[in-house]
Amino acid sequence: MSVLSLDPILSRRAEVQRIAEGSLRRRQRRSRIALALCVACILVALVPLVAVVAYTVERGAQSWSVDFFAHLPTPAGISGGGIWNSIVGSLIIDAIAAAAAVPLGFLIGLFLAQADGRIAGGIRFAADVLSGVPSITVGIFAYGVLVTTLHHFSAIAGSFGIGLIMLPVIIRSSETAIRTVPVDLSEAALSLGAKNATIARRVVLPAALPGLVTGMLLAVARGAGESAPLLFTAIGSQYLTLSPFQPMAAMPLTIYLDGIQAFSDLQRVAWGTGLLLVVIVLLLSITSRLVTSRLGRTRR
Amino acid sequence: MLAGAGLVFVALLVGFVVDLVVQARPAFAHFGVGFITGTQWNPVTGHYGALPFIVGTLETTLIAMVLAIPIGLGAALALSHLLPPRTRVVLGGAVELLAAIPSVVYGLWGLLVLAPFTRSVIEPAVAFVFGHAGPGSGAEIGIGLLLAGLILAIMVLPTMVAISRDVLAAVPADQVEGALALGATRGQVLWRVVVPHARAGLLGAVTLATGRALGETIAVTMVIGNTPAFAHSLFDTGATMSSIIANQFTEATEPFHLASLIAIAVLLLVVTALVNVAARLLVRSVGRSRAAIALA
Repeated sequence: MSVLSLDPILSRRAEVQRIAEGSLRRRQRRSRIALALCVACILVALVPLVAVVAYTVERGAQSWSVDFFAHLPTPAGISGGGIWNSIVGSLIIDAIAAAAAVPLGFLIGLFLAQADGRIAGGIRFAADVLSGVPSITVGIFAYGVLVTTLHHFSAIAGSFGIGLIMLPVIIRSSETAIRTVPVDLSEAALSLGAKNATIARRVVLPAALPGLVTGMLLAVARGAGESAPLLFTAIGSQYLTLSPFQPMAAMPLTIYLDGIQAFSDLQRVAWGTGLLLVVIVLLLSITSRLVTSRLGRTRR
Repeated sequence: MLAGAGLVFVALLVGFVVDLVVQARPAFAHFGVGFITGTQWNPVTGHYGALPFIVGTLETTLIAMVLAIPIGLGAALALSHLLPPRTRVVLGGAVELLAAIPSVVYGLWGLLVLAPFTRSVIEPAVAFVFGHAGPGSGAEIGIGLLLAGLILAIMVLPTMVAISRDVLAAVPADQVEGALALGATRGQVLWRVVVPHARAGLLGAVTLATGRALGETIAVTMVIGNTPAFAHSLFDTGATMSSIIANQFTEATEPFHLASLIAIAVLLLVVTALVNVAARLLVRSVGRSRAAIALA
């Protein structure tokens, strides 16, 4: 002890070790608090998100019945209304939207995958920006193009709006899917004497197919849940309409229009429709995920 | 043919902007800059000023981001660096799936479940904190500015978390290992190495989430109360740029009313496009995030 205190180097070392140990303890305590806070954050984030799903399942399942899916809506105050017209309406509106947006988006994606110029860059950027544009403004565009010109609300105007929402998703995913096809495959086909068109059809397309399907599913999931573009285009209907040139009901519209009413019957309809919509959207998302992971496995 | 598809796309976008501007022109031509600074919105007297809705949009977005940024960052750190790998995959997948839930469902839940809870629990607590004055004054009715902000926070969280997680996970492992080798604790590594390294991408995630909050329509319309005037406290009802359009568009029979609503849409389009361009540039600068593509 006395030797230690006399030796300046040894005493200095003991001093440093003492400070370091104290600092380490303090730093570790702080670190543990910080890490616990981060884990707490993920719990705080998940609680409301899980609650949304849980409530929708709980409330929605109560209103599900065969009649609920097979019947038409009843006037407010009379119970027993169904959403058959909304289901059919959503199918028609989204099918028309997808029929237009999928081929167009695929062609634009193909164009972007092959071109690297300034124009392609501009289109790519525009697609990114379009995907962030508020859906209500898309609805106004659809209103201006198809409602003011045809002088009445119609499902086709809704399809136009929904298609515009789907388009950037399809463009992005098509480009990515085509770009990730290994160049070796095309080169091998080229060395065997295949023409460009043959390579595109027989080599690139099959290899990119899972990615293309993924994008399509994601786009439909996105479009099917949108309500803002339908507010003043398809506008909703109490009746079963099949003509795309007539006003038409759709599931997101039904949730909105019935959900804000003070009648508990209509709120029940809104919950039931909400559950159906959530189930459809989640099934589409999960399927797209499975397709992607299968693609990943075959690559490796 | 491919270039033709590109042309169609460009034509669609140009048509989009031109159509909105043309439809909105009567309002801009008549009111000029006064449209943006005007505080009166009264279809009966024919006064249309958008300031209450611009302010309402900023207020709800601010509430949402104040809540979503810290929680989202913490959650993303946990998902990228702290939790065991299997938990990361499960929770990360769950968050991404929740991002796919339609906003109208969030709106329904907000109106029928969160609004009563806000009235009985959250608003009294907030009122107590502010001493029942200023932002914490007024009748506690559930729907209003605060609820709209809360719902927006919940809705942007999945986007925030998924993109931040990808950005944080992309921080090179040798940076982390280097800091650990120098004796830094895990908390220090996260705060001093991982977060600074990923800051451009994190800012991009925040900006992208802000863009979503600014433009979100249907959920906000369902919970904000739709009063076309300034909200005087957190509990007061109000309106945002998108909610006033959704709420009044179909009942706007007077041409100026319609043009004014579309003029608000033009303003909204300009603001969100600028925010999105900024976000894309920031996220792109750190390489393309998988979630950014999936969620965008």
